[in-house]
Amino acid sequence: MLQRLRESKSLQGTLLASPAMLWMIALLIVPLLLIVITSFGQRDPDGNVIYTFTFDNYIRLMGFSADCPDGVGTCFNSLYLEILARSVGLALVTTIFTIVLGYPLAYYVARAPAKRRNMLLFLILVPLWTNFVIRVYAWIRILRAFEMLYTPQAVLVGMVYEFIPFMILPMYTSLEKIDPSLYEAAADLGASSLRTFLKVTLPLSLPGVVAGTLLVFVPVMGTFVVSDILGGKQFVLVGNLIQRQFLDARDPTFGAAASIVLMGMTLIVMIIYTRKFGFGEEVVIT
Amino acid sequence: MSNRRSPWLTLTAVLVYGFLYLPIVVLIIFAFNSSRQNVTFEGIVNRDPCGPFYWFCRVFQNQDALDASVNTLRIALTSTVIATVIGTMAALALQRHAFRLKLFAETSLYIPIVIPEIVMGIGILVLFNALFKFINTTFDLAPAQRLGLGLGTVIISHVAFSVPFVTLTVRTRLHSFDRAVEEAAADLGANAWTTFRRVTLPLIMPGVVAGAMLAFTLSLDDFIITFFTNGPGSTTLPIYVYGLLRRTVTPEVNALSTMWILVVLIALFASNRVQRRTS
Repeated sequence: MLQRLRESKSLQGTLLASPAMLWMIALLIVPLLLIVITSFGQRDPDGNVIYTFTFDNYIRLMGFSADCPDGVGTCFNSLYLEILARSVGLALVTTIFTIVLGYPLAYYVARAPAKRRNMLLFLILVPLWTNFVIRVYAWIRILRAFEMLYTPQAVLVGMVYEFIPFMILPMYTSLEKIDPSLYEAAADLGASSLRTFLKVTLPLSLPGVVAGTLLVFVPVMGTFVVSDILGGKQFVLVGNLIQRQFLDARDPTFGAAASIVLMGMTLIVMIIYTRKFGFGEEVVIT
Repeated sequence: MSNRRSPWLTLTAVLVYGFLYLPIVVLIIFAFNSSRQNVTFEGIVNRDPCGPFYWFCRVFQNQDALDASVNTLRIALTSTVIATVIGTMAALALQRHAFRLKLFAETSLYIPIVIPEIVMGIGILVLFNALFKFINTTFDLAPAQRLGLGLGTVIISHVAFSVPFVTLTVRTRLHSFDRAVEEAAADLGANAWTTFRRVTLPLIMPGVVAGAMLAFTLSLDDFIITFFTNGPGSTTLPIYVYGLLRRTVTPEVNALSTMWILVVLIALFASNRVQRRTS
């Protein structure tokens, strides 16, 4: 047995990878399957899940409901569709803001003298160590001073703030790799600094932007803390909707259906995006 | 080379850094607030004990806040160690071995990055609930012995979202690894384990450390997964603060956060010095 293990590369590989794989199967794949199953279920009056096969939750999410105020037929309410559209819209706008604000900073750090670079990077990471909720909470005072608290703009500010480090770090990684002699070459050949940026810097740093987009868009789609604390009760995102189904409203089946739709929307946007720009070879942030 | 940078770039960078630190500065200022409601700043507190540091001293009498801090650190340390070990193993397997389930392993390690955390959180919650219900009823456990959400479930879940980041980080390091040094070690008569311990591991160490740092940061900062998987006795700092937001957040919380920031800065500074000395 031991002899075989020593000789078989394949067996070694399987053994080395198996703890991580088992962990992923048990805590990722099985839970995802459970959500899919739950989303087709029904809820009994006590809030327990009855496992059936019905599309009711999805139909309800699309806005069609059987219990109308006048009591006949089906009626349409766009509430949930609006929540879904708002979530995608906010995630897109947040991503754009983090790119526009983060790119100059990433570029600045990448072109800083090597000695100072680590310090400048640390400064971007430090806020991340103070914990998510406390950072959002700190914004309450500032936004209140500007009379912006409990508005959609407040949620946008909070989202950009929370996720901008995850955009800056991968952009920095790809900007830092660019060989400085390329800039010199471009200058020697008479390119203006704008032209150098558009033809050299931007294309070479695109993998970082793509990786950053992945790291910002996905979590923004699914978070409920920022909108909860800075947006007030009216500003509902799909994350808030799901959270409420599992805690207050106690309808896990509807929450599960909303999660599946959230996951589907995220994947569709990411697939369209990566088709256009590639996968971003460096998804790693170090 | 001419390292000229436009003043506009410097200005933008300064402004973005300002944006990153503005809430933290406000947070620290409010730790010295004399108003307990802590809505507006009403002057610097000066009360016994500790005078202006009144709220800092109060934190040490707040058992909930202390418990939450200890839990946060315990969860972060334990999950980081587990995630770093199994994540590094997976990176070695994926980068250097061809095996049957490789594609599956590779895909499953990318999934957490493209799936919103809340989906993973409720999935794990549904799983644990079903599993514990099954175990508790089949073995007919007494109320005191029943399994439920707690420190264990939080740690297990944190490992799940950290492993992919460790694996990715270590893999980039392995990518630029010259296998010839390992062959040289083998030629000189080192066995596989010695080669790994004396040659491979030291060379990939920067990747492993970076992966561990990332896992630690993710765990410290996590709210959503912890929110769905915590139970009695496993309240972390983010969960504790979130619970307070529904009532009043006294300056104690600001003081606690300020101390956290100080600890982090000192730790970063110290590790920076150590790194500089060893290199």
